[in-house]
Amino acid sequence: MVPARKRRIRLVVALAAAVALAAGLVYTSFSSSTEASKPSQIREGHSYQLTGKVVKGSVSHHGDELLFRVRDRNGTASVPVRYTGVVPDPFREGREVIIDGELRDGTFVGERDSLVTKCPSKFTKKKNS
Amino acid sequence: MEFGLALIVLLALVSLIVVGPLRRPGEIERRDAARRAELEAAKEAKYREIRDAELDHRMGKLSKADWRMTDRELRAEAVAILRELDQLG
Amino acid sequence: MAGVGSACLVASLLAAVYAACASLYGVRAARSEFVASGRRAIYCMAGLLASAMAILEAAFLRSDFSFAVVAEGSSTDTPTFYKVTAMWATQDGSLLLWAFLLSVFSSAVLFVTRRSLREIAPYATAVLAVVGGFFLLLMVAWESPFTTLAQAPAQGNGLNPLLRHPAMMVHPPMLYTGYVGFSIPFAFAVGALITRRTGADWIRATRRFALVAWTFLGAGIMLGALWSYTELGWGGYWAWDPVENASLMPWLVGTAFLHSIMVQEKRGMLKVWNVSLICATFALALLGTFLVRSGILDSIHAFGASTIGVQFLVFIALVIAGSVALILSRLPDLRTEARLDSLLSREAFFLLNNLVLLGLALVIFWGTFFPLISEALSGHKQSVGPPWFDRLATPLALVLVLLAGIGPVVAWRRITPRNLRRALLVPAAVTGTALVGLLALTNAGDSVRSLAMFCFVAFVLTVVAQEFWRGAVARRVMTGEPFPRALVRLAGRNRRRYGGYLVHAGIAVLFLGVAASSAFVQQRDVRLRPGQSTKVGDYTVRYERATASLGADRAGTGAPISFGALLEVRKGGKHEVMRPSRNFYPARDASQGPIGPVSQFFEGDATSEVDLRWGLRRDFWIAVRPDTSSLAPIARKLDARLAGAGTAVQARAVAALTEVYRRDPPPAAFRFIVSPLVAWIWIGGGIAVLGALVAVWPSPEARLRRVTSIYAARLGRELSRA
Repeated sequence: MVPARKRRIRLVVALAAAVALAAGLVYTSFSSSTEASKPSQIREGHSYQLTGKVVKGSVSHHGDELLFRVRDRNGTASVPVRYTGVVPDPFREGREVIIDGELRDGTFVGERDSLVTKCPSKFTKKKNS
Repeated sequence: MEFGLALIVLLALVSLIVVGPLRRPGEIERRDAARRAELEAAKEAKYREIRDAELDHRMGKLSKADWRMTDRELRAEAVAILRELDQLG
Repeated sequence: MAGVGSACLVASLLAAVYAACASLYGVRAARSEFVASGRRAIYCMAGLLASAMAILEAAFLRSDFSFAVVAEGSSTDTPTFYKVTAMWATQDGSLLLWAFLLSVFSSAVLFVTRRSLREIAPYATAVLAVVGGFFLLLMVAWESPFTTLAQAPAQGNGLNPLLRHPAMMVHPPMLYTGYVGFSIPFAFAVGALITRRTGADWIRATRRFALVAWTFLGAGIMLGALWSYTELGWGGYWAWDPVENASLMPWLVGTAFLHSIMVQEKRGMLKVWNVSLICATFALALLGTFLVRSGILDSIHAFGASTIGVQFLVFIALVIAGSVALILSRLPDLRTEARLDSLLSREAFFLLNNLVLLGLALVIFWGTFFPLISEALSGHKQSVGPPWFDRLATPLALVLVLLAGIGPVVAWRRITPRNLRRALLVPAAVTGTALVGLLALTNAGDSVRSLAMFCFVAFVLTVVAQEFWRGAVARRVMTGEPFPRALVRLAGRNRRRYGGYLVHAGIAVLFLGVAASSAFVQQRDVRLRPGQSTKVGDYTVRYERATASLGADRAGTGAPISFGALLEVRKGGKHEVMRPSRNFYPARDASQGPIGPVSQFFEGDATSEVDLRWGLRRDFWIAVRPDTSSLAPIARKLDARLAGAGTAVQARAVAALTEVYRRDPPPAAFRFIVSPLVAWIWIGGGIAVLGALVAVWPSPEARLRRVTSIYAARLGRELSRA
């Protein structure tokens, strides 16, 4: 086979592989993603990644479960949250949190170990701890 | 006040250091030295490639025919570099 | 002293401006004295920034709270080691560290190339001066580390307790050394493009800097993972967190760069590819620096967390736009000198390795920025979690490890299929044996992906061993040396190649640990009262009693109170005592309401002090979360009672409370994790770093030749002067 033709074939194969990867990327990301929302945006029966601030005075423990309320960062809409799993070290009232889960009967049920607390310092975000 | 004073002192120091070379205008033979250094580096790299190719052949990676061809090419390139080095004097 | 520090910054900025102008003028007007002057200005920058760092560190060491950053990041009760390292835990201090490292590396490279690369070096100087100038401008105009407070507080906030871990404090300087290190080849690439001297000269001059940068960045990433594993209470080492990904992306692209420059050095191919890669690596390094402090990926709304986010983005955009424009304009000068002869060649495999690494980087980039991408495309902000990353990254990682095994076997230019088959015979046999052995003797078959990874790792390690063996044998034939000597001399004279093979071996071992610990981990979360037991895998654990201590934190982080547990762990016939605990730090943040003198100790930050028994076969990891909620109401009552009392009385009250916990603790939440082969992650990383050290070390005979050529040059100079 002429070298030029060989090179063209290689180029086509490489491009095809790249397109396949890109397609896989786009498809899997949109299909397995969770929507990031504020308490004022979530609806019953859907799963979200809820972000907001922990309402002061709302934190309590019931056996294994942690109960608290999360409110909009810049608003007052809030939702009660029920969560089991690892609670990150920086977790505190007034801090920003991110938690995956679903809204059921008015309470946001958090996925196990999905609670993440943003460190108040502007340097690094601290993960689950 | 502390800031202003410190700044003046530091700027004076820096100026003293950077002005040094400006008082001695450039020497043309330095350009040759630079070119020689570059050629030396290229020569080193070429020698390494020649040795690597021989090692590859001895290890059984490079077939005899391929090695002969590669070795010939690399030695020719090395000779070209040496010739240019000689021209620099 | 803060004024002097500020003056150092301003003088440094002016020196940077001068360095850029003088270098550019000197090279365009062919007046080498201005180029030399510009170089000296960079040396001055290094000196000035070193002084600035010294002034700031001195302020930290004496807890001078008139410095805003000291008040923000340190306190009198922060241990001395962490006082020193707290400097770069603050935003302003970290910018200073970046600028300082850049000036030092720039000085080093300009000193080493002062007699060569006459055309390229001045442009590189200008680029480095501009980058350094950017960081200095950020500090001078917006975030100065020498900002003073009109009223110095009596006590600082203290270093964030989570950061009080040796690995976490060494992590930023290592990452920054990596980022800064990659700016050196970037600057020289730009210079090479501008001057159209697109041969391998700029690569040869900066190759070692790229390798050092890669090593430090990799080590920094590993230290971050180690910190996550040993300090945070979740027991994992990698969470595909945006901050982690931000440092991994430049490392992956940098790895691709280190491989593809070899192709350009040997065959003059991939010129466009190489300049594009280094520009991408540098842009990603800047992006990495920026992501950690911007907050754009954590919060839903825009750059809420930082005052310098916009500036960074603008600078990154300029770097990318400028690079693209420059490369496009120089395409004719970047034409390849040779073509790919055969797919069975090292060039082809390096290209393949590059594609896989870039694919991996692209996957991570996409996943990390997906919230922003999805919002732009669909209006909804969506995010993907670790399972998505694992799903896409794992097959790519498998291919990468496989290539790391085949690459060393293949020759440059071409290897005949026959020779390739012969070379792969033993490794394939070993891999096959490993596969059969693993299936028969272990439960590795439960996870197909891990099984594949184990086999590929066996493949890589066999190939590396074989390469050393065959090379030593070949050398013995050529030189007649005895085998051990031949082996040492072989590696010594081919440091780049054999150091690289060691790196491959190290990375393979690292992936062995990753595969085993992710697929075969056993975890148990349970609440226990003293006296209760539980089983985790082969281990039986019994919670003997609670522990409480005041001011005697075992990890040396300065925590006043430590609550924990004493557990007896049995496996087979052996038993051990383990003591996980939780450190409690006093609350300093008065924005949540007034802080009582007693309850401040129970309402501040708390960190897990994990107890870990590591071993070559498995790690046993325990974290405890004592339940202090029952103490809180008592503490608040004591606040009211003892509000006027002296600190000695209050301290005794705190001590009494800790006794209350110790005597009758409520059930505590425990997490037990048994991870197989985790230690090999750190060991593999260590081997890789060792390999990189071997590869970067200059060889003795090259040094000898360099010295003689310097004498020849001097002779030439002196003769022409006479």
